[in-house]
Amino acid sequence: RRRKRRKVRKEEESCSVFSRIKSFCVTHVAMADREERRFAEVSRDSIKLMAESTGVDLADDVAALLAEDACYRLREAAQTSSQFMRHAKRRKLTVEDLNRALRWSNVEAVCGYGAQDVLPFRSVKEGELFFVEDREINLIELALATNIPKGCAETMVRVNVAYLDGKGNVEPQGTVPTAVQTLSDDLLKYYQQVTRAILGEDPHLMKMALLDLQSNSKIAALLPYFVYVISGVKSVSHDLEQLNRLLHMVKSLVQNPYLYLGSYVRSLVSSVMYCILEPLAASINPLNDHWTLRDYAALLLSHIFWTHGDLVSGLYHQILLSLQKVLSDPVRPLCSHYGAVVGLHALGWKAVERVLFPHLPAYWANLQAVLDDYSVSNAQVKADGHKVYGAILVAVERLLKMKALSLSQSAEGGANAQPGSVAGSMGYRVSSPGLSPPSEPLSETVLGIASHLQAGGAGCPWEEWSPVPLPAMYSELYSFFGDSLAVRFSTGPGFGSYPPCAPACFREARKEPLGPVANPDTARKMPQLTANLNISPRQDGSPRTDPPPPSLAATGAGRSLARSSSVQRSRSSSSRSGQRSAGLSRDVFPKARFISSQSGPPAFSFVIGGRQMGRRCQGRRPFQTTFSSTSSLPANPPRAYAHKLPVIGRVGKPVRRWTSSHYSLYLPL
Amino acid sequence: MVDAKDEADIKTEPVSDGFGNNHANDARLLSASPGSSAAAGNSKPAAGAPEDQQTLLAVLQFLRKNKLSESAEILRREAGLPEEVLDLKGGDSAGPGQGGSADTDGGDASSLLSRVTVSTPGVAKAPTKAGEDQPDVNVVLSAYSQQGDPALYEVYYSGLKKFIESVLDCHRAELSQVFYPLFVHMYLELVYNNHESEAKAFFEKFSGDQECYYEEDLRVLSSLTKKEHMRGNETLLDFRTSKFVLRISRDSYQLLKRHLQERQNNQIWNIIQEHLYIDIFDGMPRSKSQIDAMSGSLAGEAKREANKAKVYYGLLKEPEIELPLDDEDEEAENEEGKPKKKKPKKDSTGSKSKKQDPNAPSQTRIPLPELKDSDKLDKIMYMKEATKRIRLAPDNLPSICFYTFLNAYQGLTAVDVTDDSSLIAGGFADSTVRVWSVTPKKLRKVKTAADLNLIDKESDDVLERIMDDKTASESKCLYGHSGPVYGISFSPDRTYLLSSSEDGTVRLWSLLTFTCLVGYKGHNYPVWDTQFSPYGYYFVSGGHDRVARLWATDHHQPLRMFAGHLADVTCTRFHPNANYVATGSSDRTIRLWDVLNGNCARIFTGHKGPIHALAFSPNGKFLASGATDGRVLLWDIGHGLMVGELKGHTDTIYSLRFSRDGEILASGSMDNTVRLWDAMKAFDDLETDDFTTATGHIHLQDNSQELLLGTYMTKSTPVIHLHFTRRNLLLAAGAYNP
Repeated sequence: RRRKRRKVRKEEESCSVFSRIKSFCVTHVAMADREERRFAEVSRDSIKLMAESTGVDLADDVAALLAEDACYRLREAAQTSSQFMRHAKRRKLTVEDLNRALRWSNVEAVCGYGAQDVLPFRSVKEGELFFVEDREINLIELALATNIPKGCAETMVRVNVAYLDGKGNVEPQGTVPTAVQTLSDDLLKYYQQVTRAILGEDPHLMKMALLDLQSNSKIAALLPYFVYVISGVKSVSHDLEQLNRLLHMVKSLVQNPYLYLGSYVRSLVSSVMYCILEPLAASINPLNDHWTLRDYAALLLSHIFWTHGDLVSGLYHQILLSLQKVLSDPVRPLCSHYGAVVGLHALGWKAVERVLFPHLPAYWANLQAVLDDYSVSNAQVKADGHKVYGAILVAVERLLKMKALSLSQSAEGGANAQPGSVAGSMGYRVSSPGLSPPSEPLSETVLGIASHLQAGGAGCPWEEWSPVPLPAMYSELYSFFGDSLAVRFSTGPGFGSYPPCAPACFREARKEPLGPVANPDTARKMPQLTANLNISPRQDGSPRTDPPPPSLAATGAGRSLARSSSVQRSRSSSSRSGQRSAGLSRDVFPKARFISSQSGPPAFSFVIGGRQMGRRCQGRRPFQTTFSSTSSLPANPPRAYAHKLPVIGRVGKPVRRWTSSHYSLYLPL
Repeated sequence: MVDAKDEADIKTEPVSDGFGNNHANDARLLSASPGSSAAAGNSKPAAGAPEDQQTLLAVLQFLRKNKLSESAEILRREAGLPEEVLDLKGGDSAGPGQGGSADTDGGDASSLLSRVTVSTPGVAKAPTKAGEDQPDVNVVLSAYSQQGDPALYEVYYSGLKKFIESVLDCHRAELSQVFYPLFVHMYLELVYNNHESEAKAFFEKFSGDQECYYEEDLRVLSSLTKKEHMRGNETLLDFRTSKFVLRISRDSYQLLKRHLQERQNNQIWNIIQEHLYIDIFDGMPRSKSQIDAMSGSLAGEAKREANKAKVYYGLLKEPEIELPLDDEDEEAENEEGKPKKKKPKKDSTGSKSKKQDPNAPSQTRIPLPELKDSDKLDKIMYMKEATKRIRLAPDNLPSICFYTFLNAYQGLTAVDVTDDSSLIAGGFADSTVRVWSVTPKKLRKVKTAADLNLIDKESDDVLERIMDDKTASESKCLYGHSGPVYGISFSPDRTYLLSSSEDGTVRLWSLLTFTCLVGYKGHNYPVWDTQFSPYGYYFVSGGHDRVARLWATDHHQPLRMFAGHLADVTCTRFHPNANYVATGSSDRTIRLWDVLNGNCARIFTGHKGPIHALAFSPNGKFLASGATDGRVLLWDIGHGLMVGELKGHTDTIYSLRFSRDGEILASGSMDNTVRLWDAMKAFDDLETDDFTTATGHIHLQDNSQELLLGTYMTKSTPVIHLHFTRRNLLLAAGAYNP
């Protein structure tokens, strides 16, 4: 009887977590009085069933006794096994734990359930039957399978500085906490009052509440609640007024200097993004001004991003990704596209350059189709299309302005740098990329690999993106917008009147850069530009597939040079080189002389105005060059400086060293 | 033999109970047992000398039975008993069932029960029950065989409950402590006597009243409904064999006693006398919070005497080491290096000139290994590093580096880092131990014997030459265990590694050859933790067998066994002066053991869950402990007091570490956070007036939030090890748990 009991017991133990043999897996577990007893109980019937299956007939009272004992032993085993779990520092009880418990209490272990996968526990409706599914495995197929599974990756240790001086990024731990922590009554009251005021009728009260949210230093505990309320945007998409108020709430929270938003930033951003991108229910009615809401939300997004973007790593890229996704989805309504464009615009010109600009050719066809449809039924859509058109125009205008400005600025910055420093030496070999059509696929691939390494292989879609030289960009945009773009830029005084400069005088010309461009408008925007550089250091410096060889050499050199300094430094410097490689000033945009690069003739005449400075940066003088884009010409300047540049092939080595050091355990601290 | 003697001792217990409930232990407390007790009343006149005699006779009988006639004779002579007593007794027991010890037990029980029967009519079946029991469990449980009317248990209990609820507030909290042990013992008595339904009803009715921190035990208890289950149930045996200790003020105790006497509530009185140890103190009754802070362990609080022994918690004097003038390799930083180098010299000389710390043990109290040359070099390195140490403060928190074990597949069970933070080792559930080098210096093995012969042994760099460069790698794997490795520890000189495993062994590995040198067998059950002494050579281990053992690396058997915990020893730590060992246990107590004599010097109670982390402060004065209840408790070793409670973690705390200067306490937990606590403030804020030190009733203020300096989340990685580098950079380690 003892032996029998042990057998039954074992089966029981197995039935809670797994079952043993297929014929045996029919167990009958009833959760008796769930409230009082927190245990799974094995019923008498289960015992009888199991006994039957082994060919023993049990009397009722024997089965009852056995059932009770089985329950007890089961719990005992569970308790012992939990000890093994605790010492293994796990939260999950495994079959292995249970087996150890069994082994130490002199019961043989149950084999065959070591797999990590979850065993599906099924029930048969008629008859309250529960069993563990046990699929048959075709061993022949398994044995002859060609895709031999790879072995497990080797266990390794990696080190990272998690917190510097006790400060650091708090990683996201989910979005809105569901667990309700206990709040003091006062806080709860405050919470109710504020939310009521903000979402209520009285505009005066609302203002008061928003102001208080902005400055109250004691509401940290309420943050999750407010975030939760704000995440309710999804449920009021028919009510623009409410959405607006929620956005105001976001603004107040973001502006509150006492609040540490932490990972809630993510949640807030997703709410704001919803307002920007979603085809809201309210947008069906053209009378609803959802455009303003989107504009406001976009503004808010940029605000959150500039002030709190550092709290969540990768946030910038995530935002860009989602904006890009919306933009490239032709099924989405135009108001969503509008949102994506203003969102990109709000994130800065780099975002526009990175996402919108490359996507424009593809998108333009769709937009054009909408705009060209003059049917009455299309009137509404067309109006929306014009909205998008306008938004894109504004975005690219600033893109061009800022890009031009950044070029001149970086040139100035480089001029201030010490000669011989990374930046200084970089500037020296910078040449205009405009002079080089993509003609050398070989060097492209080399660079492609190098840039890939530097980007860390994060798998971003714009990984192979490279800054398009300003003139090319302008010409492309011009092909879309025509003169409506050009009128937004003043024309430089009498450009083209300069005598064309032969490549031979190129070098000298570079030493004499152009005078500073006085444009108060763009100059005022500079702080934003620098902020942009700081936050997304890696957005530049990874040239896309068709970069001109000269700039290629420059970036490649920059990278290898900067390798000696920190990674961050190398990124920023190489990005600077990328910008400078365009080497252009904004007020020299020719209006009509640009021809679309797509349909352009093989050679075109081109005036470059801008500032370049040499290593010694003795002075500035305007220069411009006109040249035809023959294939030999663009290769000329880099060759001239080749002896000062490391060979591109050499770039590979330091890069490799850098990546390997990243994996090493050594922590230079 | 030891077992047998225990058995005999326990056996005598019921005998004396029968005579007057006048236990030797309780004699002090119970000047007058309730006279109304029928059993006691009847036998009262016979009590006194005959009681002793009875005990002696029982011992004699036992010796007889085991054919130890010589010892029996000696004992008889010393006790001055007439010879025929022995013979007679022997004849007696030989009469009914000489054959087995079980039968004799039955005989014993019946003779004892015949006295008890006066008050308990339904006991006649007890002897037969005793007959079928295994002898040892029977003995342990036999105390439960006396019983009253099962139906009245509820009445008794609720009567007492009513009384305690009606007493003055100041006494209520203290007297409420009685509930839990009473409840458990009454329930067990009911179960033991096969009153299953009554037991169930009793449990349902009163289990809700118990303190929430006993929930775990109650769950175990509730699953126990049959007498058969009591056999081999460890929790239960613990409860019976150890007396539940309560601390009650004299006033409160008198109140309780009077009440029980008036009501003639023998059932409860008996339990209190037999199974409870009431530690009476003079003075103010304690408040509820004071009591709650200290209770929660499996066997109640620690007796006050248990924490009276003097503990030499001071640090040993550091050996004098001359700092050599810097070699040419540091020429570069000589300029700035020089003033710094002088400082530690001054410091060390300063401490030397200081008198020996009065709280420190004498240098030779525990024989320690002599310093090798390499140790001295390491000490010099340590001092140099120490000068560059960052002084931590609440406004200057340490940076944290996280060592993440990737691809560990939930199998990482233990981590240790060398003191100089150059190596990190992990113990895994797949029985392996892996060692990684954290510096660019790779791990190399010593050359083979044949190759070693070729080496010029006189050369200066012989230590470098013996290493085989071909074996250099970033990590090494050590195979040998046959179960998960639950504890690992580097030796201070970094040449050895200890690992303890589920297979019941502790293994010593060489980090020169990366092979196993010794397997220390002794625990025979899973060994949960092991640690090297701060001076090397000794190590301590503790495991499922509830015993902590002290070993020396060159002995295959333990030097000391520290027995006393009522459940698994879950973690072990050496005191910085190597004279003491602290052990934490699943019985929710922490014990401090004296390595010299193996005595238990301190018992700390207050945790409400198994203890999984311990850390001594660098000055040796304080101990921090973390448990599954997510709380960190701070203890003053010298006074034997709880001095702080740090609440904040939401899951088991697996690692604790003080910063090198002791200002900051870091705790790592299963809840994927590292928290930093202001240890300085926690210890400074202490109010240590004479009263608290005398009575041990500290009043803790709830200032966890003030002491919490920061909470640092990991990327879903439980923190299972923490380590402060010599410059006070905090290293944390854990396995990524997707």
